[in-house]
Amino acid sequence: MKWDEFFVTGDPLIYGADVSIGLTVIGLLFYLTYFKKWQWLWKEWLTTVDHKKLGIMYIASAVLMLFRGGVDALLMRAQLAVPDAKFLDAQHYNEIFTTHGTIMIIFMAMPFLIGLINVVIPLQIGARDVAFPYLNAVSFWTFFIGAMLFNISFVIGGSPSAGWTAYMPLAGNELSPGPGQNYYLLGLQISGIGTLLTGINFLVTILKMRAPGMTLFRMPMFTWSALITMVIIVFAFPILTVALALMTFDRLFGAHFFTLQGAGMDMLWANLFWLWGHPEVYIVILPAFGMFSEIISTFARKVLFGYKAMVWAMVLIAAYSFLVWVHHFFTMGTGAAVNTAFSISTMLIGIPTGIKIFNWLFTMYKGKISFTTPMLWALGFIVNFVVGGVTGVMLAMAAADYQYHNTYFLVSHFHYVLIAGTVFGCFAGLVFWYPKMFGYKLNERIGKWVFWLFMIGFNVCFFPQYFLGLDGMPRRVYTYSAASGWGDLNMVSTVGAFVMGIGFLALVYNIYYSFRYSERENTGDSWGLGRTLEWATTSAVPPHYNFAVTPTVEGLDPVVAIRNDKKDVTPKLADIKPIHMPDNSGVPFVMASFFFVAGFGLVFEWYWMGIVGLIGVFITLIIRSFDKNEGYYVSVDEIKETERITV
Amino acid sequence: MFKRLKPFFALGLMLSVFFLGGCSNYIVLDPKGPVGAQQKDLILYSIGFMALILLVVYILFTVIVVKYRENRKDMSNWEPEQEGSKKLEILWTAIPILITIALSIPTIKTIYDLEKPPQASAHKEPIVITATAVDWKWIFTYPKQGIETVNYVNIPEDRTVEFKLTSADSMSSFWIPELGGQKYAMPGMETTLYLQADHKGKFAGRNSNFNGEGFTHQIFDVNSVSQSDFDKWAKDTKTKAPELTKKQYDQLMLQGEAKKMTFSSTHLKWVDHAKNRDYAVKTRERLGVVPQNPHGSKAKDANNPEQDSHGESHSH
Amino acid sequence: MAHAEVHDHNTPLEYQSETGRLNILGFWIFLGAEIALFSTLFATYLVLMYRTADGPTPHELFELKGVLIETFLLLTSSFTCGIAIHEMRKRNRTGLFVWMIITLALGAGFLGYEIYEFVTYVHEGAALGTSAFWSGFFVIVGTHGLHVTMGIAWIILILIQVARRGLTPQTSAKVFISSLYWHFLDVVWIFIFTAVYLTGMVLHNG
Repeated sequence: MKWDEFFVTGDPLIYGADVSIGLTVIGLLFYLTYFKKWQWLWKEWLTTVDHKKLGIMYIASAVLMLFRGGVDALLMRAQLAVPDAKFLDAQHYNEIFTTHGTIMIIFMAMPFLIGLINVVIPLQIGARDVAFPYLNAVSFWTFFIGAMLFNISFVIGGSPSAGWTAYMPLAGNELSPGPGQNYYLLGLQISGIGTLLTGINFLVTILKMRAPGMTLFRMPMFTWSALITMVIIVFAFPILTVALALMTFDRLFGAHFFTLQGAGMDMLWANLFWLWGHPEVYIVILPAFGMFSEIISTFARKVLFGYKAMVWAMVLIAAYSFLVWVHHFFTMGTGAAVNTAFSISTMLIGIPTGIKIFNWLFTMYKGKISFTTPMLWALGFIVNFVVGGVTGVMLAMAAADYQYHNTYFLVSHFHYVLIAGTVFGCFAGLVFWYPKMFGYKLNERIGKWVFWLFMIGFNVCFFPQYFLGLDGMPRRVYTYSAASGWGDLNMVSTVGAFVMGIGFLALVYNIYYSFRYSERENTGDSWGLGRTLEWATTSAVPPHYNFAVTPTVEGLDPVVAIRNDKKDVTPKLADIKPIHMPDNSGVPFVMASFFFVAGFGLVFEWYWMGIVGLIGVFITLIIRSFDKNEGYYVSVDEIKETERITV
Repeated sequence: MFKRLKPFFALGLMLSVFFLGGCSNYIVLDPKGPVGAQQKDLILYSIGFMALILLVVYILFTVIVVKYRENRKDMSNWEPEQEGSKKLEILWTAIPILITIALSIPTIKTIYDLEKPPQASAHKEPIVITATAVDWKWIFTYPKQGIETVNYVNIPEDRTVEFKLTSADSMSSFWIPELGGQKYAMPGMETTLYLQADHKGKFAGRNSNFNGEGFTHQIFDVNSVSQSDFDKWAKDTKTKAPELTKKQYDQLMLQGEAKKMTFSSTHLKWVDHAKNRDYAVKTRERLGVVPQNPHGSKAKDANNPEQDSHGESHSH
Repeated sequence: MAHAEVHDHNTPLEYQSETGRLNILGFWIFLGAEIALFSTLFATYLVLMYRTADGPTPHELFELKGVLIETFLLLTSSFTCGIAIHEMRKRNRTGLFVWMIITLALGAGFLGYEIYEFVTYVHEGAALGTSAFWSGFFVIVGTHGLHVTMGIAWIILILIQVARRGLTPQTSAKVFISSLYWHFLDVVWIFIFTAVYLTGMVLHNG
């Protein structure tokens, strides 16, 4: 391999990226060294097993990935703004929509939600941490390393360009040569390990570590949504693991699962991919549903309407999620009977989803609604998500889908569900729980600007795309002719996309502004309206052990009961006992680094490097197995000091 | 407070205006044959229901958000403990079930209808045309007429065309939006798509399933002509057009775009792509075309595969 | 991270620590994920069953005798593994060691036969890259074989820990979890024996 094949060359945009990456790295190294922050970085972050810190790192990575995926999106919209544009060529455009899709789903939406779950769920169920804190660190670092491996593809070796669905035989060696597609396979595989471990970890945490008195049907809705999501993860992610492994065998070791030669079968890939892919969509929507339930109930100052129906609706959605995958390829010619069955099963999902929408509406009915920023996101969600929902039902009608399939109608639909659902949810959750993470709120005035810019930009961007689809514009084309008549709506759409971009910048500015100027919180219940246990901690940012004394729960919304009954919740000295906590460990970070070495080696088919990396991974596993990892005890004195108990 | 919610309201209004108003401007809603017409009917039927659902949700939303805002005067109707209503919950479970049934019935009927030739011309025997996708062109074979075209297809008006779809390499989707919905064309497989043009005219067809660099330009023309013009064209082609040589056909198997071509013979004597998945890949190997990393130096210099006889096939 | 130690005499050793209980539940869930993983592999194998292209068919190569020996070895190892856990619950460390080592020896025998089988097939012209069918075959049987290999290595590591630290609630939970894993591999093998070998010999007949 020559050097000019190793580093991507020839494109000014990429040289620009090279320079900015280089400068950022130098800047970071300088900052860490000059301010002597290396030890702080290692002790406080790289080796931490604290669920709150890991959650913050998840969210920070997700915001970074949102930036990367967003830049991809703006490049695409710039290219499509006018007919016959020459800004990007076909290959470059193909790479960009591939990385946009993959990054947004796998490295933005999921980690953002998993990050919020990490921060909130143990607090919400009154636990000290997750069931397996060490494993939680392994989850984060494998996700992060997988994401980084995928991301360096655009400067080293070249990005994948077969779409985030990576249909075979297109993604095979014959039609997509080079390391690009290998990056996709290994980046997703490594981060997939982390996701599966998160699934197991939180299932055990939620099932086994709830505070005394918190029965299943007293769990907050966000905890319910996390529990159900984790079940989906545990059963869906192994399918992705296998599918990716099989394609890796095809590309690296000459197997014939999906290839053109050797009697492979490309349709098998499409089936396996969507057998994981459809549940994946619900993995990124259900936690958002859970957060909206919390936020709407909180700011409408009212008990969630139809709690049990909300739970069962989510259980049904999770079950259906495994039974609808064929609707992603009604046009494959599988026959009328199959299409009929999957049309109906898909439409059935509309029923529990509809139930949830009406329950949210009626949670506000006879309430007392405050229009805070998290609530605005939740209201925006209801209004916009139903548009995505009803067009989803339209797409479920197979006979009509033959006309929508592969068009901008579909593109618009899934952005309406994923942005109005998942992204609005992430932003709502971020703003809502921001004081829990950092001890101060994001500025509300700027926050509302962010909301309106983003929400309006979003509609201007995607609403016209329904009509582009009905006018026959296929997705994934890098340009179109003036004669097609698609120019005007595309220009409108591009303008909307840039307005969303401005909204994102406003969010980043808000993070900076609030860091500088926001008033610091000094109570555990920052909004003054909290309902669930995370608002029952004694300080704005909970100490590493979360609760000095494990709370007991007597019903739904325990914090409302505390507030209404004016109960004194400051921990009594007599109740304070030494708390057992797990030790920090650098092994997860080191293990993930070995995964990077192995993954990078396999991407370029340097097998010696792959083997070295895997041996490293095994050594870290053995070290962990022999580690007695007994943890340590937080002394009563330390707790007294942290909780400012003077008596 | 109401002011703040105006955008939501405007959005709802926009939805209904767009959906119910300017239908005929959009290709899919202005079909030129019975298949597309059936799909249009189904689409409009569903849009009706969807508009109704949106209307109900938006009205409820607006009323609730305005009426129960925090800074209202009369707070006596604040019931923080109200936790549900069996009646209401049954209502909004039952209505979606009814809507699902109402949508399912015509959907299923149309799904089954589209698997057969359209009823309108059931008395005429369909004309069979094989459409083969190759990166990034379409090859049309008329087995009965014994002729073949590239990147355009002539069809008789008012008669069902039975397209037999297959692919020589990547998974493609055969779509003529003005005539009706699409179906995949896959290597080693054959799928069937019935379409029909009611009148004479020229329609745009394309591959709509992403398959790499030349995807955007993998398009073809559909010419609907009268039956007599069609017969005359088929006969002329059989007698006057050049014969398709194997060498020429193998050049077509290389990745790249192609101009329109017409031949008096078909490729079926060498290969049936519906039964043979790897003909194109093996041909490329035989002709010494090695797949190149798009970022590799070789790909950047000159990735012109051996020049083909018709001199049109090119890759970037 | 509550570490309430339960010392009820009837509670098996491996369930006596909170960590042990959490780990065991977590491992059961992990086995659920493993079931999803192997189900996907089985589905793939069955879909590709007749796609032998120009390569040999399984009917030509599969031999019942070797597969029966493998099955016998692995099933027996599951039985001895069960006895080992029984000995552990009786706090008999020597018994645990003896039966676990027999288990590992049987597992190693199984692996040896499997490797021999693979080598034979490759010599007879059926490798990973021969056809879709053989890709499916080598990956599903190979994945199981890899699991057995990992299982052997893992159990050895745990036995070293038991030798050093004795039978504590922590080490016994580890032994118990590894035994769950071992039994699971046995169950998967029964499915492989049926879905891969028996159907390969019967359905491909002719």
